[in-house]
Amino acid sequence: MEDKIRSLRMEHISKRFPGVLASDDISISVGEGEVLALVGENGAGKTTLMNILMGLYQPDEGRILINDEEVRFRGPEDAFRAGLGMVHQTYMLVPNMTVTENIALGYKAAWKPFRLDMKAVRDRVVEISSRYGLAVNPDAYIWQLSVGEQQKVELVKTLCLGARFLILDEPTSALTPQEVDELIVLLHKMTEELSIIFISHKLQEVKALSNKVTILRHGKVVFSGNTDDYSSQEIAAKMTGHEIILPKNSGSPSDGPVALSIKDLVVMSDRKTVALDHLSLDVRAGEIIGLAGVSGNGQRELAEAINGLRRTESGSISFFGKEISNSTPHGIIEAGMGYIPEERNVEGIVPSFSIRENLILKDSDSPQFSKGVFLDSRKIESTASSLVERFDVRCPGTATAAGSLSGGNIQKVILAREIERRPKFLIAVYPTRGLDMGAVEFIHQKLLAIRDSGIGILLISEELDEIMDLSDRIAVIYKGSIQRVLSKLEATRERLGILMAGVREES
Amino acid sequence: MTKGFRLAFRAVVVLLAILATLLMASVILWMIGADVAATFYTICFEPLTRMLHISEVLIRAIPLCIIAIGISVAYRSGIINIGAEGQMAMGILAFTGAALAFPDVPRPLLLPLALLASMIGGGVWGFIPGILKARLNVSELLSTVMLNYIAAQFYSLCLRTIYLDPAEQVDGTGTPQSMRLTENVWLGRITGRLHFGILIALVLAVLIFILMWKTSIGFKMRASGSCARAARYGGISVGFYVAASMIISGAFAGLAGGVELAGVHRRAIEGITNNYGFSGVVVALFGGLHPFGIIPASFFFGLMIYGSTLAPSKVGVPANIVQVMQGIIIIVIVTAQMVLSNAYLQDRIWRKYQALRKKEA
Repeated sequence: MEDKIRSLRMEHISKRFPGVLASDDISISVGEGEVLALVGENGAGKTTLMNILMGLYQPDEGRILINDEEVRFRGPEDAFRAGLGMVHQTYMLVPNMTVTENIALGYKAAWKPFRLDMKAVRDRVVEISSRYGLAVNPDAYIWQLSVGEQQKVELVKTLCLGARFLILDEPTSALTPQEVDELIVLLHKMTEELSIIFISHKLQEVKALSNKVTILRHGKVVFSGNTDDYSSQEIAAKMTGHEIILPKNSGSPSDGPVALSIKDLVVMSDRKTVALDHLSLDVRAGEIIGLAGVSGNGQRELAEAINGLRRTESGSISFFGKEISNSTPHGIIEAGMGYIPEERNVEGIVPSFSIRENLILKDSDSPQFSKGVFLDSRKIESTASSLVERFDVRCPGTATAAGSLSGGNIQKVILAREIERRPKFLIAVYPTRGLDMGAVEFIHQKLLAIRDSGIGILLISEELDEIMDLSDRIAVIYKGSIQRVLSKLEATRERLGILMAGVREES
Repeated sequence: MTKGFRLAFRAVVVLLAILATLLMASVILWMIGADVAATFYTICFEPLTRMLHISEVLIRAIPLCIIAIGISVAYRSGIINIGAEGQMAMGILAFTGAALAFPDVPRPLLLPLALLASMIGGGVWGFIPGILKARLNVSELLSTVMLNYIAAQFYSLCLRTIYLDPAEQVDGTGTPQSMRLTENVWLGRITGRLHFGILIALVLAVLIFILMWKTSIGFKMRASGSCARAARYGGISVGFYVAASMIISGAFAGLAGGVELAGVHRRAIEGITNNYGFSGVVVALFGGLHPFGIIPASFFFGLMIYGSTLAPSKVGVPANIVQVMQGIIIIVIVTAQMVLSNAYLQDRIWRKYQALRKKEA
């Protein structure tokens, strides 16, 4: 075992990309056993800074010191060798290989001439997982594991490869509340042996886990201090530059007609397993139903089935009294369905199309935007520029390729299109996943405004706070069917967490 | 960054690209012992010195342009059509069939009819891989290439049997070709062998530009091609537009065959397709998959094809070597385009340049 990393400092780091200063004279430091939370909105420069630390980018100015010695990383290899290990937001695991095989991919000590010493790798995995209390089965295939377990595999992998300093990029973004708590305990234990930088914009975790916090905004450090000295609200305000108060649904329960009624719906997943198992759910006009659940329990399939993008095997989907199961997507759109899809970058928009083209994705042949088959470019442009302004899409112009925008701005484009079409109902799938507080606030406000105008919303989310803030009623999905529907007043974090984990309540 | 710097940057990159091409090509020519300067002159400039040469370049550019525009429609809609060679052959057969069947119909009727027949011939041949892709997700790379072979053999068969010139049968020479087609399907000529097909190509370019960028049909086609998943989400019937784009693409290749027959050969013979179907893919990509880029690109390729036919007789360089040089030119141009579109590189050089100026000041 090589030396411990007792201190890591990045001093006066600057990095320029065409047209932007991604890092502007940033300095951070982490001491032995410390946890530094790197906080900031999307596009604030957190990931750029960590990519510089990992040698993926070269800084234009500034230097990196480990144990007070200057180091230069020409690539990630150098950073690994120095003992830094990063767990990315999207896991880099091969699904049809076992845990041991995945780790062997990078574990060079086991690369013997003409063969791979799998036993050495397996021993190493067992050693590391017992030392840090990371329970993983070394022989399990990745595809068999839940997202939380996969994250543990990532951690074990990073540690097996000799990391003595961890960098975690939004480690909790895909975990259930229970898994988050478990992770926080785990990481706390790990700080006995190593130091951690973690990127986040969830303030509860920042408070729970970190000793120090550094806040970035527009590529600059705006604040650095001890976590314990400041409240979540203070940190949030420093992060966005203004006070953030997420809106709450304070309306009274809707007594509107049933807008969407799903009965005994059975749908297959891509792997031909049962994804929705006789699922039934009613949503009224003018109410928000939050569908809580760990992702992968049929949420995606439900949204796709309702929107005609996935075949239904049996059961019915009735939309204002009209049967829409197995209709074409076009027919369902025409019936008045609005849909904010899960994959905003490749499904919600055509990335290479301009913002204004994306705004008419569903309406290119409506009389509003075309005369006969000819597009009315003046009308399209004027509508687009007014929408960009009203929805506060930050972009150089409506001709900008939508794929070049940040996640929050892409979501605003989708939201603008879906709301502006004046749908009779809206399905929103993970509408704020990965977005910063400012964007979340904006989207929540819009969703509540739609609800207040008498439109029903099916909100699919794994963020309990989001669900509890916005919903009139909360349905919990587990393994393709609804566990239970709770009213806003009945729901607590604990109760939802237990239901999401599949425990049935005695009713 | 100043405008002057951007201009200078582009100029330097282009200059370096030309220099690199010249250098590599010169080495090859020098190795086979050819007269380097004379060869360059023959390939690049000789074809532009006389009207006769220019018209020959244009004759080759016309089918390339029509085919490439068709391919760009398919490509933009998410399907790569490398079956234009076969579609062109089927177009020629259909055109010949129409001309042989109705030799006495007057020209104002027969010529459009025969051209329409060539579009249908190519269109059907394009529709097959299109519908296979849309319905069964069969790779178009497989289906179009296989259909090329079938079309080529079917073409040979027809020329030797039903289309065979009766005169050949009488003489017994048996050259596989049709009889000279009736004058009622001829396209008029402007100068030399240059025919009015050039106007057809230009009009089609404008029509396709309008279709793809000014209508909702083109919008849906482009959406299907750029991101099929998002298009499906947006209620666009992706399969329909993929199949439709392949019909258009095939019809254009078929029409290119018909125009070639009506303007140049005026009878079906072997070798008319002349690899235009494959070169068309390169021309389409080279022209940025845009009609107005494809027009100059097809002229450039026409120039190179014609230049390679001149080289053997003028400077004794085999046509194969000229094709090697063309390959080099294409790679260098593509590389230069990549360098020019790399904003990051430009930015870095700009900052280096500024740092240098500061030092001097």
